[in-house]
Amino acid sequence: MLISYAFRRILGAIPTLLIIITLAFFMMRIAPGGPFDGERRLPAEVEANVLAAYDLDKPVHEQYFIYLGRLLKGDLGPSFRARDFTVTEMIAAGLPVSIRLGLSAITIALLLGTTLGVFAALRQNRPSDFSVMAIAMVGITIPTFVTAPLLTLLFGVYGVNIFGLEFSLPVGGWNNGALPNMILPVTVLALPQVAIISRLVRGSMVEVLRSNYVRTARAKGLSSLRVVTRHALRAALLPLVSYLGPAIAGLATGSLIVEQIFGLPGIGRYFVQGALNRDYTLVLGVVIFYASFVILLNLIADILYRVLDPRVRYDR
Amino acid sequence: MTPVLPAERAGLVESAATVRGRSLWVDARRRLMRNKAAVASMIVLGSVTLLAVFAPLFSPYDFDAIDFSLVQCAPAWWPDDSVLCRADGAHWFGMDAVGRDLFVRTLYGARVSLAVGLVATCVSLLIGIAYGATAGYLGGSVDNLMMRFVDILYSLPFIFFVIILMVIFDRNFILLFVAIGAVEWLTMARIVRGQTLSVKEQEFIEAARAAGVGPWGIISRHVIPNVVGPVIVYVTLTIPAVILAESFLSFLGLGIREPMTSWGVLIAEGANSLQTSPWTLIFPATFMAVTLFCFNFIGDGLRDALDPKDR
Repeated sequence: MLISYAFRRILGAIPTLLIIITLAFFMMRIAPGGPFDGERRLPAEVEANVLAAYDLDKPVHEQYFIYLGRLLKGDLGPSFRARDFTVTEMIAAGLPVSIRLGLSAITIALLLGTTLGVFAALRQNRPSDFSVMAIAMVGITIPTFVTAPLLTLLFGVYGVNIFGLEFSLPVGGWNNGALPNMILPVTVLALPQVAIISRLVRGSMVEVLRSNYVRTARAKGLSSLRVVTRHALRAALLPLVSYLGPAIAGLATGSLIVEQIFGLPGIGRYFVQGALNRDYTLVLGVVIFYASFVILLNLIADILYRVLDPRVRYDR
Repeated sequence: MTPVLPAERAGLVESAATVRGRSLWVDARRRLMRNKAAVASMIVLGSVTLLAVFAPLFSPYDFDAIDFSLVQCAPAWWPDDSVLCRADGAHWFGMDAVGRDLFVRTLYGARVSLAVGLVATCVSLLIGIAYGATAGYLGGSVDNLMMRFVDILYSLPFIFFVIILMVIFDRNFILLFVAIGAVEWLTMARIVRGQTLSVKEQEFIEAARAAGVGPWGIISRHVIPNVVGPVIVYVTLTIPAVILAESFLSFLGLGIREPMTSWGVLIAEGANSLQTSPWTLIFPATFMAVTLFCFNFIGDGLRDALDPKDR
């Protein structure tokens, strides 16, 4: 049952991916002007040669199938602006940075968010619950591009004074992923996720704590720590699995801003720069990459959810 | 059950006619007005809107007038003494990096951000209601097909497509409204469809049908008023989402063009010069954060007020 469900879901993801590729490809092609329209018109023969080199002289539908064929082999084509690089190479260069940022952010968000959520649920409707939820509300409403400069101002420009020790954090640059350079970007990226996760966990935890089997566990005389960690938490964390997909999508969007602000050499910055420079192949490649990544993770989350929760039915 | 005598029945009918029943809306308004956070948010939001609409009346300066002698000057009351210069007069928020009054620019930014919020939400509302009501009312395989389409669209990373659109059409302002609205209609369609499905099966619809009301009468008199509640709640949550999307684009340099401005543009400019003039970041950021907060509180308040199950 599970395998056939997984198989059906994978089959279902293929048309979605195809729609994304098609949509992105033709949106690029209806753009007025070609990528090689300069200030000065090239001589006709040179222009014809250049167009032929990039297959741009063929009809659009033929270009589309050529692109699809190359895509199957993992080739996203040459970048129009960074002439000596292919899009695949550029993504491969940015990927480690983006993954490292994203993984750190999601790890912190999961740990901190779960802790805060459980804490708030155990103190439901008490001042500490309200204050945690108020902070979560701030985290959800205030966007990344506001928190990033504000934190930069606070920690980078003014510096902070903790226990008489004054220090300030680097506000930009990658420096091969040194810890001080990671702190601000990862904090900014993790903040909204911490807020959302803590709200999610609090909600499900409050519900689980009211359920019969938790009452049974308490009645057996188990310590409340054991009840929470061994019995309640397992069920309460289930909704987090299905939040995994949206979380990754949120991190991807957030990384556009964070990488731009902190000047980090990740994929998100390539996308923004590619868009501003009209490097269409690069933009197309990054969109396809991000989209397939998000779809894949959604798929994994859905399948995992059904493994973890046997009550969910496979049909439909 | 005791039988009701004809005379008694007449009395009952009469008293029912004189005692006006409290409608859902009166009830909801009463509950909303008791919610302090929501009422305070409405007052704050109303003030921001008034400031934005009548922006030219509140300041003697033009939003695009450049005063070269006051470039990046702090407001007169700024507490930090290390600033380069101070602007006097009605430059309450100081000056931006090219010497324009920041107060008036923040208000003009509010105009654009709020306008985008309203218009794009209306676009999403129109598409969402039409699509959702059609799917819900027709039901069956049409409904299945239409909703499957929505499912597929859901998994697209839309912000990327909006960015592509803005690049291709060279930051067309009208397109900005349409593109963001077209992104936000999906959830609206789902809500309307779900609501329509459940409403059309209820007894009062059957009663209306039995009383000879036609399908359009049923939709307009009975289905839509019962769908409106959740839709209103979702609208108050869509507006801040749209404002965010626009600011996001503007922040990346893909939104509105100079010399017009929006909160996103102002925040981006402020972020660039925050070392020398932090006020250029702080004021627009505060305005935007407060506005987003207000919408969220109003949305929460409306949901509590309109959802009778949660009382």
